Amino acid sequence: MSDRSFVCRCEDVTLAEIDHTLARGLATVEEIKRYTGLGTGPCQGKECVGLLCRILIDRGALRPADAQPFTARPPVEPVTFGSLAAAVLEDEQP
Amino acid sequence: MSPKPGTPMGSASQPLPPAVDVAIVGAGIMGLALAYHLARLAPRLKIAVVERSYLVSGASGRNGGGLRMQWGDAGNVRLMMESIAECRGLAQELDINLWFRQGGYLFLARSEAGERRLIRNAELHAEVGAPTRLLSAAEAQAIVPQLAVDDLRLASFNPDDGVVFPWPFVWGYATQAVRRGVLLRTHTGVSRVEPRADGYQLRLTSGETLQAQRVVNATGAWSHGLNRGLGIRLPNQPHRHEILSSEPLKPFLDPLVVDLGSGLYFSQSTRGELVAGITLPDAADGSDTSLTLHSSLRFLGHISRTLTRLMPITAAMKVLRQWTGPYDVSPDGDAIVGPSPGHPGFIQVCGFTGHGFMMAPAVGRLLARWIADGTAHPMLTRWDPGRFAAGQQSRREDMIIG
Repeated sequence: MSDRSFVCRCEDVTLAEIDHTLARGLATVEEIKRYTGLGTGPCQGKECVGLLCRILIDRGALRPADAQPFTARPPVEPVTFGSLAAAVLEDEQP
Repeated sequence: MSPKPGTPMGSASQPLPPAVDVAIVGAGIMGLALAYHLARLAPRLKIAVVERSYLVSGASGRNGGGLRMQWGDAGNVRLMMESIAECRGLAQELDINLWFRQGGYLFLARSEAGERRLIRNAELHAEVGAPTRLLSAAEAQAIVPQLAVDDLRLASFNPDDGVVFPWPFVWGYATQAVRRGVLLRTHTGVSRVEPRADGYQLRLTSGETLQAQRVVNATGAWSHGLNRGLGIRLPNQPHRHEILSSEPLKPFLDPLVVDLGSGLYFSQSTRGELVAGITLPDAADGSDTSLTLHSSLRFLGHISRTLTRLMPITAAMKVLRQWTGPYDVSPDGDAIVGPSPGHPGFIQVCGFTGHGFMMAPAVGRLLARWIADGTAHPMLTRWDPGRFAAGQQSRREDMIIG
């Protein structure tokens, strides 16, 4: 596989960059997310986290039973400030 | 340029010796900036940093990345002038891109009280030498054309203030500290600190123990637990703050904007995202003074209404992600730094009330000097942890945002 193989398409994170991160001693999905930006784009990791876990397992950095996605951040999908401003939100009702 | 492949910056498997000269608990920006400067000033000191989770897991990885000189207290203005001056050469010094961008901070006053604060601050800043200037509504709009200014009474602007991307600061200090011999152990907590005849013994969650002549508590909002174990009573406590980022856009917003009345702040990061937070009334369940870092829909609704009123153009922008981080709140709004009451070998660097990240470049350097050769800088001694018991709280910094 080429060094230019993309793992995270939103943030252009390549396989070579994942290996660079591992070589610096960062080995968990939370650390790799923060060091490379993987999973911080429009899909918020939905496309890439599974693939990242697979790579970590292949590299011996993660046991399959321990594979977990990083902390999910709301909203589930991108929402405009306008629609959030107009909505009567459940936890704001008296 | 990023560090060379393979350059370590601490790990869960970093071996620790039985004893060190200085043990720093907490590898946030404060602990790591201190470790880096201490290793430079006193290369013979054996220094270990112990972090309970991964780097940037705490407040250093969760803040909005703002750096400003615009404070209500002359000491804080001076300190931040030093910190921002230090940031200008820091990317080269740490050999990492910090995404530091000086687009200024624009403060907005929509009430008479807010107007008075900005006028008083601008006079203070002029005395200290910070280039803050007061702006009319039209002048503020010239800097941010999308701003709604119909009820704007006055604005203040300091062009030297700016934003950074917080994460690389932490990695840069970590890498350079490790390169200078600092032992950085991650994913290892300190469960107890026990006084010994010659310093302290740290019991680690890994089952190991570490002896240290001096210990620094750099755990911010988590500092209470370690202090309590030693019988040190300090009044700082955690407070939850939420923040969000939008989808990335082309650069359109130069300054970080703060609306004094609502506590709304927003800036555009160098990645292009709008990063925004706001003062949110505490939830009724008491969770806001805990360290539970959950996100709320209440925050999203509140900030969206305020932001779209102030910047109508944002109505069409999309929120990508929201998260939470803790402020380590001190009752007078000022930090808690120096030897602890009754424990001169147990040094605090806590209580920064939401502005520790921006102050760390200067505080790390000054505190390292204090620990290395005993030179206590007045910028730090005014933050004496003993001031609360002695009843010497003289004022409250009133430019706490978010």
